[in-house]
Amino acid sequence: MTGAQIAARASRSVIPRAAGRDRAFAGFFRALMLGAVGISILALGTLLFDVARDGVPKLSVDFVGSFPSRIIPSNSGIESAIYGTLWLMVVCAVIVVPLGIATAVYLEEYADRTKWWNRMVEVNIQNLAAVPSVVYGILGLAFIVRGPLSLGRTVLAGGITLALLVLPVVIIVAREAIRSVPSSIREAALALGATQWQTIWKQVLPGSIAGIATGVILALSRAIGETAPLLVIGAAVSPRFNPDGLGSAFTALPIQIFAWTQDKDREFVDLAAAAILVMMLALLLMNSVAIFLRNRYEQKW
Amino acid sequence: MPENVTEQRREEAAAAAPAIAPAREPVPASVRRDVIFDVDDISVHYGDHKAIRDVTLDLHVNEITALIGPSGCGKSTFIRCLNRMNDLIPTARVDGKIVYHGEDLYASDIDPVQVRKRIGMVFQKPNPFPKSIYDNIAFGPRLMSSRPPKKGDMDEIVERALRRGALWDEVKDRLRTNAFGMSGGQQQRLCIARALATEPDVLLMDEPCSALDPISTGRIEDLMIELKRDYSIVIVTHNMQQAARVSDMTAFFTVELHDEGRSRTGAVVEYGETDKIFTNPDDKRTEDYVTGKFG
Amino acid sequence: MADYATAVSAGATGRRTSLVRRPSGRSRFEGAIKALLFAAAAVSILTTIAIVISLLSETIAFFGDVPIGDYLFGTKWTPQFAGDQQSFGVLPLIWGTLYLTGIGLLVAIPVGILSGIYLAEFAPRRVRKVVKPLLELLAGVPTIVFGYFALTFFTPEVLRGALGLGVNQFNALSAGIILGVLVVPTIATLVEDAMAAVPQSLREGSAGLGANRVQTAVRVVFPAALSGIVAALVLGASRAIGETVIILIAGGQTANLSLNPTESYQSMAAFIAATARGDIPTGSIEYETIFVVGMTLFVFTLVLNMISIRLVRRYRQVYE
Repeated sequence: MTGAQIAARASRSVIPRAAGRDRAFAGFFRALMLGAVGISILALGTLLFDVARDGVPKLSVDFVGSFPSRIIPSNSGIESAIYGTLWLMVVCAVIVVPLGIATAVYLEEYADRTKWWNRMVEVNIQNLAAVPSVVYGILGLAFIVRGPLSLGRTVLAGGITLALLVLPVVIIVAREAIRSVPSSIREAALALGATQWQTIWKQVLPGSIAGIATGVILALSRAIGETAPLLVIGAAVSPRFNPDGLGSAFTALPIQIFAWTQDKDREFVDLAAAAILVMMLALLLMNSVAIFLRNRYEQKW
Repeated sequence: MPENVTEQRREEAAAAAPAIAPAREPVPASVRRDVIFDVDDISVHYGDHKAIRDVTLDLHVNEITALIGPSGCGKSTFIRCLNRMNDLIPTARVDGKIVYHGEDLYASDIDPVQVRKRIGMVFQKPNPFPKSIYDNIAFGPRLMSSRPPKKGDMDEIVERALRRGALWDEVKDRLRTNAFGMSGGQQQRLCIARALATEPDVLLMDEPCSALDPISTGRIEDLMIELKRDYSIVIVTHNMQQAARVSDMTAFFTVELHDEGRSRTGAVVEYGETDKIFTNPDDKRTEDYVTGKFG
Repeated sequence: MADYATAVSAGATGRRTSLVRRPSGRSRFEGAIKALLFAAAAVSILTTIAIVISLLSETIAFFGDVPIGDYLFGTKWTPQFAGDQQSFGVLPLIWGTLYLTGIGLLVAIPVGILSGIYLAEFAPRRVRKVVKPLLELLAGVPTIVFGYFALTFFTPEVLRGALGLGVNQFNALSAGIILGVLVVPTIATLVEDAMAAVPQSLREGSAGLGANRVQTAVRVVFPAALSGIVAALVLGASRAIGETVIILIAGGQTANLSLNPTESYQSMAAFIAATARGDIPTGSIEYETIFVVGMTLFVFTLVLNMISIRLVRRYRQVYE
């Protein structure tokens, strides 16, 4: 064939070139996706910017160290809110950590999955994880603050309510951590004459503790930001005292923020922003600790 | 004519099993040896499925008994009967009797946890704990519910176990380092030493070398022969040459198909001195397997 | 050393103490441990029972005072009024919940799905390393912060300011859109998981047939992951329905049955939080309304959750 004939044949190639339409759609779709991601980032950025703009001018040592006033913004602080949140966290953690780990151990190591009651426990936990937090508030009001337990509008009641709220999350996370311990480790321990509990206590739990700790911290950081359940059980608003015991009335950072946000006085609204900054700082700290723990201590099998 | 055939078979058998000299003197059959496990009519079911049937044999003290046979013929199931590890499988049921030091292992008042302290096991894939070498070895002794050994005594126990496991010289300067940092062969020797730390008198080994390279395999085989002096060893192996090299007695398992091939049950075809099994077996199936005709 | 040695007598020679089980401390201890752990697990069951009992008992009391037909089909929700003006028709609250959730999903579904597809199929590693943590950050922001943002920034400066819309101080548009932003990370993460679970062999098959990456993602991977994606949407909807504070702060406290996004609306959850202030008298009709609306909300989210579980089970089965 002559050179001209070869060139002519090549230009009528059998392999179709990409249709312009396909390429255009692909480009359009990519733009859509980037737009979507951009919207999320934009929302996050605007939110942080707005809070910082309103709140930073109000941050000061006085702010953290004084009680809220209902009338004078410049005298108001979040000391009672911080202490209230701390008390609630401690009560919540003391309840949810042993309960959550014990439940996870039971489900992973002891429960016979063919028995219907064990399956019911599992399904139930998944359902509880999806119940709106305000319903936990109702539970707290009817059962814990009033009703059978009648603890009143106290720190203990608030802590228990929050514990019940995050318990399903802790259980789910702890189960995953326990499941990640390979069965060969359990076999080795059992073959050496360990009982089931000895195997769990000496091998399974130590091997999963990093994952459990990370999950607990994340669950607690969720509890810190919860407003609705505390509103329903009757947390105090702008109290001028810190909790002095489990039976004490209390407030919490989200509650204080909630109250100030709705105030007519713009000054108070800005205080809400400042309180938000403090709360988010605390959350950032907790999440960093969780990530640090996970990276440093996580067992790689 | 028969002599030629026998001669021919011997040559074939010798050629098929690559020339590796037996590692010890063959024990004359007339010598009566002590029995460590008197296994009587053992069958195992997983749910409805019969995994092994009617296993009857005597395992002898201070000998290495090899269990050989094709995949899925119940060798692992059987060896796990010897230390009640099948108890861990909810659907497993063991029928029959295994007499160990005058007691039936499956009697209703026997505590499987205690059984496992006397009968050690090493698994196919090395499974050290994510702890230091020292803590791995110490784990078993620390389980003693009456008084766990004190620090000084524990150091002795750890050293003795590591020496027995032919690992002491390699790790004596790094006992506190993590066991996961060791090579595969070292990890397996660690698992052997760990099993020996509880002072068992039996060591069960379920394909201990199949995940290892040939050099580590060789070292562990040498170790087994040394350990034979003080322990009774039962080993499951896929490697016929290994069985021929190290064991005194060999049991050949096979798979029986029932129900038009839908169900498989394992059974012992032949059990006897290793020499005999590999050079002059009674059963044709044994001969076919050891000469490599199948499996 | 003595105890250890005697407990483990001469190893190789086989002289041994008996293997008999000691029915002593050990097995009773193990049994006690198992019972204790089961008791812990039972707390979760007790929680559900407590929720159901508390909701149910007051709901029944409520229907002693208000006919169930009035509640379920009434179109006026004015419990705070007295006498003739007082009405307990729950439809405005249900409508408010659905309307606000609808607006939210209108934002969250496209943004969430597109983000999820991007993360699963297109994002280069370096971009992923930045975007995923940002999404997790967004997911970790407490809802009260979103509420603050909606009321003090979004309504005045975006809706009224930049867009010049004549919205109420408390309006459905603001609450709904911010609600959507709240739910985006939930949907995006679950969509990403669902798409990532699709086996690589499908993508390879599609590429081998000459499809470009977008075509593969949209025509092959997305449909393959569909039940997981729908589960993600259902979960997102469930979250939006149960959300309280954003709507309480930015959506207003008026139960409204119209279709005007510039007006204020109230959702079931917001009503509960608004009404249940700590000093509400037990046994009063307002007290009872908290529970009956709570029961309604609970049923909604329970049904949605069961649907999503079933969907997740279905998509897992396909690939395992």
